[in-house]
Amino acid sequence: MQQIIYFFIRNKNFLLFAVLFFLSVVLTIRTHSFHNSAFASSANFLSGGIYSVKSSITAYFGLETENQKLVDENIRLRKTLESYKRLSDPRLDTVFPSEKFQYISAKVINNSYSKTRNQLTLNKGSNDSIEKEMGVITTKGIVGVISNTSKNYATVRSILNTNSQVSAKLKKSNHAGFLVWDGENPNIVQLTDVPRLAPILVGDTIVTDGKSTIFPRDMLIGTIKDYRLNDADDYYQLDVLLFNDMTNLSNVYAIENREAIEIKQLENPDNNAEQ
Amino acid sequence: MQNSEVLVNSTRFVLLVLLQVVLLDHINFLGYINPYLYILFILLFPLTGNKTLLILLSFLLGLSVDIFNDSGGIHAAASVFIAYIRPLVLKFSFGISYEYNTTRISNVPINQRVLYITVMVLLHHLVLFSLEIFSISHILLILKSTLFSSIFSILLLICVLVLFSRKK
Repeated sequence: MQQIIYFFIRNKNFLLFAVLFFLSVVLTIRTHSFHNSAFASSANFLSGGIYSVKSSITAYFGLETENQKLVDENIRLRKTLESYKRLSDPRLDTVFPSEKFQYISAKVINNSYSKTRNQLTLNKGSNDSIEKEMGVITTKGIVGVISNTSKNYATVRSILNTNSQVSAKLKKSNHAGFLVWDGENPNIVQLTDVPRLAPILVGDTIVTDGKSTIFPRDMLIGTIKDYRLNDADDYYQLDVLLFNDMTNLSNVYAIENREAIEIKQLENPDNNAEQ
Repeated sequence: MQNSEVLVNSTRFVLLVLLQVVLLDHINFLGYINPYLYILFILLFPLTGNKTLLILLSFLLGLSVDIFNDSGGIHAAASVFIAYIRPLVLKFSFGISYEYNTTRISNVPINQRVLYITVMVLLHHLVLFSLEIFSISHILLILKSTLFSSIFSILLLICVLVLFSRKK
C-alpha cells in the first residue's frame, strides 16, 4: 500500500499531465462529433458577454457597408411586395393559416472562418425562441445551422465546417446533392453526389432543395465555379462560389419551421410508438 | 512563490487570455495564420516554481482559450503538453544547471532564450494543429500551419519579451 502511495507521489506530475491531456483530447473529440458539447462553448454567460461587448465596439467600423446591405434588401423586398400586391385579388376570408416559416433576426458577435470546423456565435438564444437545428441565412444566402443555444446566445455550425452537410440542388434542373466543405477556401464549398445526367454549366445557381426541415426551398447558396467527376466516374463534384462573404457577416436571420416537429414525427414512426 | 509573483502571474494569465481571444484569434494573416501569444504565461512562469501548479494552470489557460474559440480541448491539450515538457526543454536550452544560477529568463543569453522559445512554440503548435485538423491525410496542412503560425508566434513572443524586459 505504502509503495503505491509513494508511486503516486513520485509520479504526480506525470499522472496529472496524463489525466489533463486525456481530458482535453476527450473534449476535442466530442466537438468533432456532430452535436458538440454544451460545456466548452462560446454560448455561455462569460464568453458570450465578453464577445458581445467586443462586437458592440467593432460593429461601428462596418456600419456603412452594413447599411448599404440593408438598403439593398429593403429595395428588393419592396419590389417583391409590389408584385404580390398586383397578384392578390380581394379575398372574402381574412383569416389565413399561420406562416410556415418565421424569421428571427440576430447579430453575429463572433465569427470564425480560418479553421476546419468553424462556428459563429449569435446574440440571441432560447429566450428569443432560437432552437437547435434551425437554419441561419443572410440576405444573400445561407450561413449554417444552429448547433447550440443558451438563454441569450446561440452558436451556429457554419457551412464552412467539415462536419456540416446541407442538401442543395441546381436551380435550373432540380438535381440534388450534398453541400460539404473541404476546409481549404472560405469562399468555395463543394456540392457532391450530383448525378451524371444533370446538365451542368459554370455559372449556374445552386439553391437549397427544401427536403430537410431546416431551410425552405430555393434559398440562395452560390454559383458553380468548376466541376469534375468523382473517382468512380458516377457523380459530379461541383465547386460552388458562395454568394455570401463568410468572412464578413453581421446581420443574420434564423429560420423557424413551425411544421418541423410535425414532419419529423411523421417521418419517425418508431419514436411515436415509444412515446 | 511570493505574493508579488502570484499577483504578476494571475494578471498575466487574464490579460493574455483576453488579448488572445479578442484580438489575436481574429488576425487570420493570409487566411489562416494566427499567433498564439498566450503561451507566454507558460514560458515566463518562474523557473523554480511548482511544476504541478504549472500543469494545472496551463490546463485552465488552454481551456479558457478553447471556451472562447469553441474548439473543444485543443489549446488545453497543447498547453498541458508543453507545461509538462518544460523542464526538459529548459535543460536542453539552458544547460543542466538552470535551476541554480538563473531565476529569470531575461538573464540568460539571447541565443539560448530564442532556442527555448522556438522549441516550446513548435511543440505547442504541432500538438495544437494535429488535434485541430485531426486527420493523417492532411499531414501536409498540419505541418504547413505549424510552421507558418510558429514563425508568427515566435516573432511576436520575442518582440513582447524585448519590449517588456526590465532594464537593470
